[in-house]
Formats: sequence, C-alpha cells, structure tokens
Amino acid sequence: MATLTNRAKPVSRKPMNWVERIYLWNILKGMLITLGHIFKKKATINYPEQKRPFSPVFRGLHILNRDEEGRERCTACGLCAVACPAEAITMEAAERLPSEEHLYREEKYAARYEINMLRCIFCGLCEEACPKDAIYLSETFAPADFSRRSFIYGKPDLLIPDPKTEPEKFQEAKGLVDQRKKSKA
Amino acid sequence: MTLLQIDWFFAAEKLILIAAVITGALIIAMYSTYAERKVAAVIQDRRGPNRAGPFGLLQPLADGLKLFFKEEIIPTHANKLLFVLGPSLAMLTAMMTSAVIPWGSKLELFGRTIELQIADINIGILYVFGVVSLGVYGILIGAWSSNNKFSLLGGLRGASQIISYELAMGISLIALLMVTGTLSLKEMVEQQQNGHWNIVKQPLGFLIFLVCAFAECNRTPFDLPESENELNCGYHGEYSSMKLGFYLFAEYINMFISGAIMASLYFGGYDIPFINEATLSVNTAAGLGAVALLVKTTLFIFLFMWVRWTIPRFRYDQLMRLGWKTLIPLSLLNMFITGALILWRSKSN
Repeated sequence: MATLTNRAKPVSRKPMNWVERIYLWNILKGMLITLGHIFKKKATINYPEQKRPFSPVFRGLHILNRDEEGRERCTACGLCAVACPAEAITMEAAERLPSEEHLYREEKYAARYEINMLRCIFCGLCEEACPKDAIYLSETFAPADFSRRSFIYGKPDLLIPDPKTEPEKFQEAKGLVDQRKKSKA
Repeated sequence: MTLLQIDWFFAAEKLILIAAVITGALIIAMYSTYAERKVAAVIQDRRGPNRAGPFGLLQPLADGLKLFFKEEIIPTHANKLLFVLGPSLAMLTAMMTSAVIPWGSKLELFGRTIELQIADINIGILYVFGVVSLGVYGILIGAWSSNNKFSLLGGLRGASQIISYELAMGISLIALLMVTGTLSLKEMVEQQQNGHWNIVKQPLGFLIFLVCAFAECNRTPFDLPESENELNCGYHGEYSSMKLGFYLFAEYINMFISGAIMASLYFGGYDIPFINEATLSVNTAAGLGAVALLVKTTLFIFLFMWVRWTIPRFRYDQLMRLGWKTLIPLSLLNMFITGALILWRSKSN
C-alpha cells in the first residue's frame, strides 16, 4: 500500500537484547528525558494576569464606534442586520433633533441597537457591511453570565467610551480598533 | 524526680520527640502532595498549583480543607466498623514506622543527653518490617469492607503485591545485615558514619530494596491496587471526604518513611558527607545531621515522584514476574555473593 506521507516508520520487530530486557537502563533514559523537561519553557501562561496576543484578525465582542468629537457614527441603516447570517442584530432608527448634534454624527441614528451574543457567530460580516465604520469586532471575549437575557447587549454595553469624558478608556478601546484597521489595510 | 519508679523527664522528652516526629511527618506528607503536583507539572511543561498563596504554597491547606468539607459517605452495604478501620489502620501503620528511625545523633540540653530517636530497639529493622506488612491490612480491610468488586480486586492486588515484594526486600536486607552485623538502625548509621556508606558495599542490594520500596508504597509503576483506569481507583474507590484523605496521606507518609529508612540503611542516615562530625559541637552535629537526613529523604521522595511521572504502570503479570522471577533470584544471588565474600575475607585474615 502506498503511504500517504513520507513520515511513516517501519515497526522494529527484532527481539529485545539483554540491556533492553533488564529495562532499568531504559527507565534511566526515560527519566533523563523527563528531567530535561523540568528545565524547558512552560507551555502554560498565568491566564488572567497574562494573556496571549491575539491574531490581528481576531473577532471578539462588538463595539460601536464614535468619531473624534465623541459622536456616534451609526446611522441605523440596517446593513449590518441584513448582512448578519445569524440574525443577531436588531435596531430602531430615530431622527436627530437639532439639539442633539453633539451626540450623533448624522441626521439619523440608532435609538435602540441590540446584538444577541448567544446568536452571534462572530463572523464579522456586520463589520464588513458597515459603510460608516461604526461597528467593529473587538478583542474582548469570553463573557459569562447566569441568564440568557443578559446576553442581549444594548447600546450601553456596545458603545465605545466617549473620547471627551473618558479619553483614556476611549484610547484603550480605540487602540485595538486602530490595530485592526491597520492590519486590514 | 522519680515518681512511681519512672524517670518523668525521660517520658516527657520522648513524648515531645514523638509529637515532633509525627507533626514533622504530617507536614512533610502535606507538602509532598504539593511537591507531587509541582513535579508532575514541571515534568509535563506546566506550572502546577500557583493560586493559593505565594507559589501556591497554601494549596495543601486548601486541599485538606476541601476534603474535610466533602460529604462523608459510608455505602449501605459496607461493613461500617471495618470501613472506618481501614483508613485509620493505613494511617496508624504509616506513622508507627517512624518510631525506630534515628533522626539525628544526640542533643545535650539542660545537662541531659537526648537521643533523637524515639526507640532504639535492637531489632529496629525487623520492627519496621513487621509494621510495614501490617500496613497492607489498611488497604485490604478498606477494600473488603467497601463491598465493591473493583475495591476488592484492588485490595487483593495490594495484598499479593506486598507479599511478593516483601520477600525480595527481606532477602536483600539479610545481605545488608550480614555486612553490618546488627539489626539496630542506630548502630547501622553509626557504622556508616565511621566507615563507608552501605551503598558502596551493597549496590545490588540497594537496587532491589529500592524497587521493592516502590512496590511497598504502592507507587507507580507498582500502583496496581489503585489503578485508576481499570479498577476505578481500586481499594479507595468507595471512600470520600477525609477517609479518602487518610489513604492518600498514608501513601505520602509511607513514602517519607521509606525514604528515611533507605537513607538510614544505605546512605549514612544522619551522616553529613565530607564532614567529620567529631569536629563539631554535639548539638550542631545533631542539628546538621537531622538536616542531612531530611535532605536525603527529600531526594528519595523526589525520586519517587520523578519515577511516577516517567514510567507507566506495569501489567499485573509483569509485576508478578518481576517480583518472583527476577527480584527474588537476584536478591538470593546477592545474599550468596555477600556471604561468600565475607567468608573469603575472614579466611584470608
């Protein structure tokens, strides 16, 4: 039979010689191998304190972006909801009032924006569909909770921190978003 | 102070020594569980327990606390008296062996000379053998009273394993006794302090003793009584809570004691290598000697763990073949050669 790879090794069936039969020598060899492993680099990291760097294309929880002045970018066009194969995104549009120009970037905005994180398959199609650079998949992941209800993320959960009131937190979140943009370009 | 013809200072001194040895053995056994997990981890390129306290040092306490809070289950069909007796016996016999081990030479305190040995009986090593062979009753009684097929099989395996390996162990020891000419552990250690360590005179005997010690302690590759994969934890399968803890603990105490015995028999006990104890003051020599013995014992415990995480368990027929067909003839040969050499040397003198 033809082998699929060239890594196959023939099995040695020759009878054990005297040294192999007393076994002690082989135990010693095995113990030297395990001793060597004591000084090897550990494969485990101290997880909550230390985290592995993500791949630049990692797709975690969503984040709703703001522009430099802290205005929400989303215009509630619904393209992300249409693109979503899992039908996890719901939104309600509303019209911006003249007094709300500092809150929303364009005349229309999402009054309600919900993503069901239990439905979401983290494919990133919403991110690709968005014409306004409003939705991104961040590097946050592994949420845990006791009820299904709490997995429906509303706007307070999704929005990036305001760059005016919370500049540090914004930069933190923004840094991740920018990194992703760079890697895509 | 003599009351009722008893030297009360002597009694107090022995009591303190007993308390110290038992506490020490328990603490060492506790930290052996921690060491076992750490050794396993580093050998498998992991980190091991590091959450409870600095470097995970409080892990044994957390484990013990967990065991105490676990539900205490005695199966309905179990013989209740024997079910409780099993782990107690295992623990008791594990502790009793420590009575004859000389932990150090002697201290001079308040004008009294205190021997750092609980009982220097002239048949010390026979006592150890007697108690160790009682140890299997803990396993056997626990296994039998659980009224569970797997437990019973584990108990049977334990019993027949210990019988088979005790023979080879005893015969390898006879050769050592022929060389030293004494059964007292204290005398053996003192002989080694003045001359060579017994490992030089009895290398093969030590090897046989070591292999048998692994089997007596039910450590891998001889942990057939509790083989997880085919017997579902074997003799302690029905045990929970601190009764299980006792069994596990007894194993670690056994490991510690057998390490101390091997160090005393073959590696000079409390003898500090390359240093002449006579040049030190009595108390310093005793302290350093105890530390030396502990270091040697710790190295043996590490060896036990190192072997455990290196080689897999033997098959039962392999275990029996190794015991009866290899170790017993080898130990007989060792005894024969030792005897012939002693005879030849006494003739040539």
